[in-house]
Amino acid sequence: MAINEYSGVVNAGDLPDKPAPMRTEGIVAWIRDNLFNGVFNSVLSLVALAFLLYTIPPALNWLVFSANWTGGADACRANPDAACWPFVTARWEQFLYGFYEKSERWRIDILLAILAFGIVWLAIEKMPLKKYMAIFMLVIFPVLAFYMMFGTESALKGIDSTLAAHAASGEFAPLDPLRKLLRIPFAAADLKTVETSQWGGFTLTLVIALSGIVASLPLGVLLALGRRSKMKIISLLSTIFIEFWRGIPLVAVLFMATIMFPLFLPKGVHFDQLLRAVIGVALFASAYMAEVVRGGLQAIDKGQYEGSMALGLPYTKMMRLIIMPQALKIVIPGIVNTFIGLFKDTTLVLIIALFDLLGIVQASIADPNWSIKSVPYTGYAFVAIVFWICCYAMAIYSRRIEEKLHTGHKR
Amino acid sequence: MANNPTSSSGAASLWRDPDKRAILYQVIVVALIIWFVGSIISNTATNMEDRGLASGFGFLKTSAGFGIISTPLISYSEGSSYGVVFLVGLVNTIIMAFVGCVLALFLGFFVGIARLSKNWLVQKIATAYIELFRNVPLLLQILFWYSAVLKPLPGPRSLYEAGQKVSLSLNNRGLIFAEPIGQAGMGTVWWALLGGVILAFIVRWWAKHRQMKTGKQFPIFWTAVALIVAMPLVVYFVLGSPMDFVPAEMTRFALKGGVTIIPEFIALLLALVVYTAAFIAEIVRAGIQSVSHGQTEAASALGIKPNHRMRLVVVPQAMRVIVPPLTSQFLNLTKNSSLATAIAYPDLFSVFAGTTLNQTGQAVEIMAMTLAVYLTLSLLTSGFMNWYNSRIKLVER
Repeated sequence: MAINEYSGVVNAGDLPDKPAPMRTEGIVAWIRDNLFNGVFNSVLSLVALAFLLYTIPPALNWLVFSANWTGGADACRANPDAACWPFVTARWEQFLYGFYEKSERWRIDILLAILAFGIVWLAIEKMPLKKYMAIFMLVIFPVLAFYMMFGTESALKGIDSTLAAHAASGEFAPLDPLRKLLRIPFAAADLKTVETSQWGGFTLTLVIALSGIVASLPLGVLLALGRRSKMKIISLLSTIFIEFWRGIPLVAVLFMATIMFPLFLPKGVHFDQLLRAVIGVALFASAYMAEVVRGGLQAIDKGQYEGSMALGLPYTKMMRLIIMPQALKIVIPGIVNTFIGLFKDTTLVLIIALFDLLGIVQASIADPNWSIKSVPYTGYAFVAIVFWICCYAMAIYSRRIEEKLHTGHKR
Repeated sequence: MANNPTSSSGAASLWRDPDKRAILYQVIVVALIIWFVGSIISNTATNMEDRGLASGFGFLKTSAGFGIISTPLISYSEGSSYGVVFLVGLVNTIIMAFVGCVLALFLGFFVGIARLSKNWLVQKIATAYIELFRNVPLLLQILFWYSAVLKPLPGPRSLYEAGQKVSLSLNNRGLIFAEPIGQAGMGTVWWALLGGVILAFIVRWWAKHRQMKTGKQFPIFWTAVALIVAMPLVVYFVLGSPMDFVPAEMTRFALKGGVTIIPEFIALLLALVVYTAAFIAEIVRAGIQSVSHGQTEAASALGIKPNHRMRLVVVPQAMRVIVPPLTSQFLNLTKNSSLATAIAYPDLFSVFAGTTLNQTGQAVEIMAMTLAVYLTLSLLTSGFMNWYNSRIKLVER
């Protein structure tokens, strides 16, 4: 009985195997740890799952699986409980170009290609010559786009008549050589005029958004500098300007552009409806841009200002060479976000009877040939998808830059 | 800025001295602006004279002669003046802005917190919500809710037979529900509600005082619920339910009686709330994430319970980051409510800057009044939020 001296437990033979530890890898473990760890979380997961099952399959079914992809209005009429994509395919040209003349649409194609090329160039991080590309896209491209879209016909006529008048009267005009130089590309291109009332669709959306952003960037920088200026009156005036435009809705701006603007102009001066809208949008956007840029200016360390002053740089050089390059770089996400807002807000021009993408889809929905239950939904879904893709892509770009700029704050 | 001591006299010093140069610049800018504004005013005056447009605010007393579909709080008829139209529009805008801001705040906080949930599914749904609604134009959402969701609903004629009593219905005429009409004794219930609110504040003050002294906590929240909700309810039932709910009745063509919330209101409100909440959710998420993780860990180390940790440690600090951008979202919602004009909800913009302007042609006065309202609302909202922000600001040494 020696064994009993030690009052321990002695087992004869092997112990039974313990159960294997819970799996910590694999899909089952992941589901357990992330979705069903605890009563509350499990209930939450089940509710969420029910919500997904209730919304996603019907939506996908409506949009894709039982949708009408081919055929015409009749096919959609036969199956009115799903998306009617033939409505979009039959009218996609109108949605893209508006009422732009058919024979001249190649001009828009070229511009869209340049635009896409420029954007891709600027969005890729390691592209060379980015600075020149940016200057091209912000300065030269808008001018080029204007003349390509509007046509050079009327500009050419204007130059010719001025030259002829000067030649007839024998008057000396110092700008004539410049006019002759300008005449060469205008005559070579010889594009016929397409009135802005014919512009429409996604092209018009892009025209308004891009001219808004291109005009609001320099204006916003000036206003931001003005607001931070030590000159009291200039700072006050900039602040009033910024707060005024930020305090009123864009619809009011567009209304003013259509109703008030003609009253402000001297007699005989007439501005095109689209131009007025673009001016309104640009002024509106510049106020927001100014606040974004001001944020950047405030974020620059005071030492940078003091350092450049100590080097004896005058104000313009300090801003141009030291402060602005740093400030603009850190506000790129803010600028992109402002642009996303502006891009979405261009839809508001439908209220002043300009036919941007939403406006033209809205008008097409009313077409009696397509008076089918599913057509309005399809039209809105199409516009939503187009805008969503554009805005989401920009948002991702902005977020990527933000992440690149914020280093070392990660949790 | 110090004067340059070596500056010589004359024109050169005017240019060299930064102070004097600044004055020169400002004089030039002011002169330019005076010239610009002056020419605009004179152009406008000439143009208005040419077109035979009247000026002045006399039109506000003229009878409007058009109907408005929803005129809460203000009695309005076609014979009312344009001044009353202005007030009706103003009330409608303020109601929309207020209800929209409150609902968007709640939905935004809810989604923002769901966005940070540890539950993978919930987090992804919240993210999808934010990314979907933030990146689709608001006007499109308004049109969608209005002309794709609410307008195609069946009309009351196809839903109900003549003479049928309806106490709750959503049809293409809007949301219609029974009208509550207070009977004798309802006044007591309202007094009970008011008393409950006052008592809740007193209890809160007392509980705080006691906690400061003794450290003992008091269930303030549940007490407040009992005082504000349960007490008036008990009074209500004790008095034998002194409120009648009068249902709407179907006549031959339309529902009569009841309270109607017009579809324009519902569509605009839904779109504004859903859109703005997506932005608020992102603000809330960023605010909560901005609170250093050390704060949460320290709170846990002190043994503070998880829900207290969120309420007493994280959220108060996050609020400082959240409030300024939240203010601009509220302002955006208020300004965006002017999109009502796309679906003809009778807000200030649509009835005043729209219909009234078309009828009277007095663009300058009407736009000035409309813009003044929006600017005032902006100033009031940002003033209130600045006050709130300074109240919750970090008090430094």
